[in-house]
Amino acid sequence: MTWIEGRFEENVVTTTLEQAMNWAKQSSIWPMTFGLACCAIEMMAAGASRFDIDRFGAGAFRATPRQADLMIVAGTVTYKMASRVRRLYEQMPDPKYVIAMGACTIGGGPYFKHGYHVVKGVDLVVPVDVYVPGCPPRPEALLEGLMRIQDKIKSKRIGKGVRELLPVPHHSGYAQSPEHIQG
Amino acid sequence: MTIQEIYQRLVDRFGADKITGINEKATDPWIEVAPAAIGEVAQFLKGDDQLALDSLNNLSATDFLETDAKLAAKFPYQPHTEVVYHLYSFRRKHRAVIKVKFDRWKNNEAGQLPEVPTVSHVWGIADWHEREAYDMMGIHFVGHPNLVRILCPDDWEGYPLRKDYEFPEEYHGVRGQ
Repeated sequence: MTWIEGRFEENVVTTTLEQAMNWAKQSSIWPMTFGLACCAIEMMAAGASRFDIDRFGAGAFRATPRQADLMIVAGTVTYKMASRVRRLYEQMPDPKYVIAMGACTIGGGPYFKHGYHVVKGVDLVVPVDVYVPGCPPRPEALLEGLMRIQDKIKSKRIGKGVRELLPVPHHSGYAQSPEHIQG
Repeated sequence: MTIQEIYQRLVDRFGADKITGINEKATDPWIEVAPAAIGEVAQFLKGDDQLALDSLNNLSATDFLETDAKLAAKFPYQPHTEVVYHLYSFRRKHRAVIKVKFDRWKNNEAGQLPEVPTVSHVWGIADWHEREAYDMMGIHFVGHPNLVRILCPDDWEGYPLRKDYEFPEEYHGVRGQ
C-alpha cells in the first residue's frame, strides 16, 4: 500500500478494512464472568492490576453471555453444570470464542478416574478454541491463551474464497504464519 | 463422662439387645447401636440429664466393600454399611461416637435401600446430613421429612460413593466415559 501512504495530511492512517476490523475485534474481546472453581481465582488475578488483562482489551468481564465474545471456562465442569455451560455458550453472539482453562476443563484433570460427577473435558460440551493447561494455570498462561485467541481473530479473512491460515504458536511466545510447503 | 460410663448408662436403659457393643481402643471410641433402636437411643442421648449430648457434630456413612477380587481376599471386614454419629455435649463437656451397622442392601437384595430410622427430629442438623448420606450412599432414613437428593441432580441414577457404583455412560447427552 505504498502508493497511497503519505499522500494525505497527518493523522490519516491507511489500512485495509480486514486489518481494521480484525484489530478492532481482537482489541475488545469481552470475556464472560464465568468462574466454576479454583481456576477462577487465577482468572480474577489475571483481571486484577498485577497482571491486568485489560492491557489486551479483555478486561470488561460481562455478567451476561449476550454481551460477551469469549467464554473462559475456568474450573471443573460437572454434569450438573454442563447443560448450563452449553446454554450460556449458545446465548453468546457470534463470533464467539472459548478458552478451556485448567486441567479439569481440558480433560477432567484429577477427577478423570474417580470423579463420578465431572465432565471429562469441556470440549464434550462446547467447541474449544484454546486450551490453557495447568492446575490452575498462572495468570501469564491465561494471558498467553488470550493472545492465541487474538491470533485466531487476526487470521480472519473477509474476502470471498480466501483461505484462512491459522497462525501456529511458536515457543518464543509469538505466533508466526505456517510454513508453505511447495509441491 | 467417659465412653465406658456412657455405654453403661445406655445398656442400663436399653439392654444389650439394642446397645450391641463398644470399642474403647479406637482413637475415637465408639458405641454400636442396633439399627432399629437408633431413634429412641438418640432421644435418650440428647434428653437425658447425665448424657445431654445436645450437639450432633457430624453424621456420615461408610461403605465397607472391596470390589477387586485380588484385594478382597485380604479385606478385613464383612461387607456392610455404617452410619456414624459424632456427638458432643456442650453442658457436660464430653463426646461420644455412635455407630449403626447394617447390611449393604435391605434383605440382601441389590437395589433395595437399607433402612435406618431418622434422627432429624432429635438434632435438626441431621436433616441435611441424612439427605447427603441418602444422596451419596443410598441409605433410606425412615421418617425423614424430606428425603430427596441434596447434591446430585434429582434425576441422577445410583449412589456415587458406594463402592460398587458404576459411572454413568452419559448424562443428558454428555459422554461420561
